[in-house]
Amino acid sequence: MHIHKFEKIWLGFGIISLVLFLSIIGVTAFAFNHHPSGGMETIDPDKVEQTAPFDNPGVYQIDEDTYEVIIVAKAFGYDPPEIKIPKGKKVIFKVASTDVTHSFSIVNTNVNMMVVPGQINTKEYTFEKTGQYLVLCNEYCGTGHHFMKTTIEVID
Amino acid sequence: MKQISKGDRKLALTNIVVAYLAFLIGTFCGLLQVFIRNDALTLPPWLDYYQILTAHGVLLALIFTTYFIFAFLISGMSYSLGTLGPKVRLFSWIGFFVTTVGTLLAVIEIVGGRASVLYTFYAPLQASGWYYVGLAIFVVGTWIYSFALISHYIKWKKLHPKQLSPLLAFMTIATLILWITACLGVVTTVLFQFIPWAFGWTETINVELSRSLFWYFGHPLVYFWLLPAYMAWYVVVPKIIGGKVFSDSLARLSFVLFILFSIPVGFHHQLTEPGISSFWKFLQTVLTFMVIIPSLMTAFSMFGTFERAGRQKGATGLFGWFFKLPWKDIRFTSIFIAMFFFIPGGAGGIINASFQLNEVVHNTLWVVGHFHITVGTPVAMTFMGLTFWLIPYLTGRKLTKSIQKLAFIQVITWSIGMLLMSTSQHILGLLGAPRRTAYSGYMDDPTALEWFNGILSNHVTMAIGGTILFLSAMILIYIVFHTLFFSPKAITDRERVEFPMAESDLSQTPKYLENWWIWIGIALALILIAYTIPLSQMIHHSPPGSSGFKTW
Repeated sequence: MHIHKFEKIWLGFGIISLVLFLSIIGVTAFAFNHHPSGGMETIDPDKVEQTAPFDNPGVYQIDEDTYEVIIVAKAFGYDPPEIKIPKGKKVIFKVASTDVTHSFSIVNTNVNMMVVPGQINTKEYTFEKTGQYLVLCNEYCGTGHHFMKTTIEVID
Repeated sequence: MKQISKGDRKLALTNIVVAYLAFLIGTFCGLLQVFIRNDALTLPPWLDYYQILTAHGVLLALIFTTYFIFAFLISGMSYSLGTLGPKVRLFSWIGFFVTTVGTLLAVIEIVGGRASVLYTFYAPLQASGWYYVGLAIFVVGTWIYSFALISHYIKWKKLHPKQLSPLLAFMTIATLILWITACLGVVTTVLFQFIPWAFGWTETINVELSRSLFWYFGHPLVYFWLLPAYMAWYVVVPKIIGGKVFSDSLARLSFVLFILFSIPVGFHHQLTEPGISSFWKFLQTVLTFMVIIPSLMTAFSMFGTFERAGRQKGATGLFGWFFKLPWKDIRFTSIFIAMFFFIPGGAGGIINASFQLNEVVHNTLWVVGHFHITVGTPVAMTFMGLTFWLIPYLTGRKLTKSIQKLAFIQVITWSIGMLLMSTSQHILGLLGAPRRTAYSGYMDDPTALEWFNGILSNHVTMAIGGTILFLSAMILIYIVFHTLFFSPKAITDRERVEFPMAESDLSQTPKYLENWWIWIGIALALILIAYTIPLSQMIHHSPPGSSGFKTW
């Protein structure tokens, strides 16, 4: 197959950039543990509110620098209604749904979690600034979808 | 001038008419949406935003594209391989009727408010069983069409042993192989999961499995839209600008690469969800990026063709060829603008698929902006550029000067409207505004209210863009209507509209490129590698399934 010299240069340049891109993504993911939200834990979607830890949604301090936030998403809101967390601490969000697929997305952060029934989604995040953060559902879940929101207050 | 037979013309035209009916209703739904989102319009209580959104998605992304694509493929196959035989034509008509029955059933369910689950139909939202049946019938119909065209090709191959098929026919077959393989995922989930569950034969559904099977189909679906546009870029455009196909073998190779790398990539739509381990998400990210190679090849071929044709017309200097391009020819200018939109469109796609980076944009308006400058312009405007000559070619009418002028206005307004709408959608998305939502200020949350303040990052800008787009769509409907029924009949050869198909030099093309079984085999192997382990994990370690919900 005949390939024009310029096309070889063009494709070579393209393929090298591609390898470079993918290496950056791969290294940050697997060497620096920077993955998108996820996790392999499952849960009975009909018994979320009877299953620990989702029977008691809320903010829990695990140790000096780590907090865990347990959230139940359901049409059309989140439990607990109020979330207060200190800034500069590692926060582990765990979210499960009692009904349909939702999301737990904190605007102006990289926390953007799909909440699929039957699965527990996990994401670590550290807030560097205090203030009110808007949390919303960005996965269509029904008539009240656009009212599904909560706020997180990050305090000193 | 070469004509295709009357029967084939009728078949293609019928498909075009259905495509533009869907286009008419679908774009009107889009107009309503942009006004609802900036709180300028409240729907009557019997109509729901999400119902309109479902209709907009299904009618434009599925119905308009599919019918137009088959109209183009049928015309192209008849033109390049000869008239369809009676059996092929009969089965094409059966395909048309089956597809249409499926479409009507799905549309009736959407209009009746029994299927506001969006066209991505996320379980455990449960639509009426007939909606899923309608979609299954739709897919079966397209398969009948596909196999009819494939048998037309096989017959040609038997009559021309050891010959390479014409480029357009080769590309058609590649597109159909892609479509048939891609549909396996959606057919599996609809037949074995959604239909038994929606009719109550099974209690629950494995949600994560259904999502994965859907996205196995959902991503190659976009290549099913894109490949016919690429066919026009590779084969039609060079003829219009007075050139030849840049390289026949590279054109074929790029289509083969699309068969290989457009299917085992669905997880990049599921990067932020649990139930798939990071390793498999990353593997499919790598495979996703492979389609950049045929896209770069296509970009090179296009500009190579432009430059060669320009230089033949006497262009000098580095960029002189640019001014020799036939800018006054709407058939060219429309497609050139379409290609131009694909540059930011493709770049945005790389961002979306970049693993962690997806968290920044997933399910925000950014994604909506993205697919409006990929399928909504590069693909749709290429289809418009084809429509301008394809309808008169098929009806034997003239493409009059006034219609050409109108076509320019249509293409320019579409570009302006899309530029405004998609730019504001991209920026709003980066600011965190979600997609698939009706109007909401989130109870006057200050962050959400900011989304109404920027000059470009404003829901009002989006609505202005959307309005211009709708006007453009109506001009197009007028052009379609006019060239179908009212343009004067072409009598002399000079008046007749041609099917522009460029010459392609086959002498350098290796025969193995047309050995489909090799490519189908490699494609299936890649699919098995990318999907077997994660899917069996979803089946064997699944949580208890979900019952159905109707939350609308």
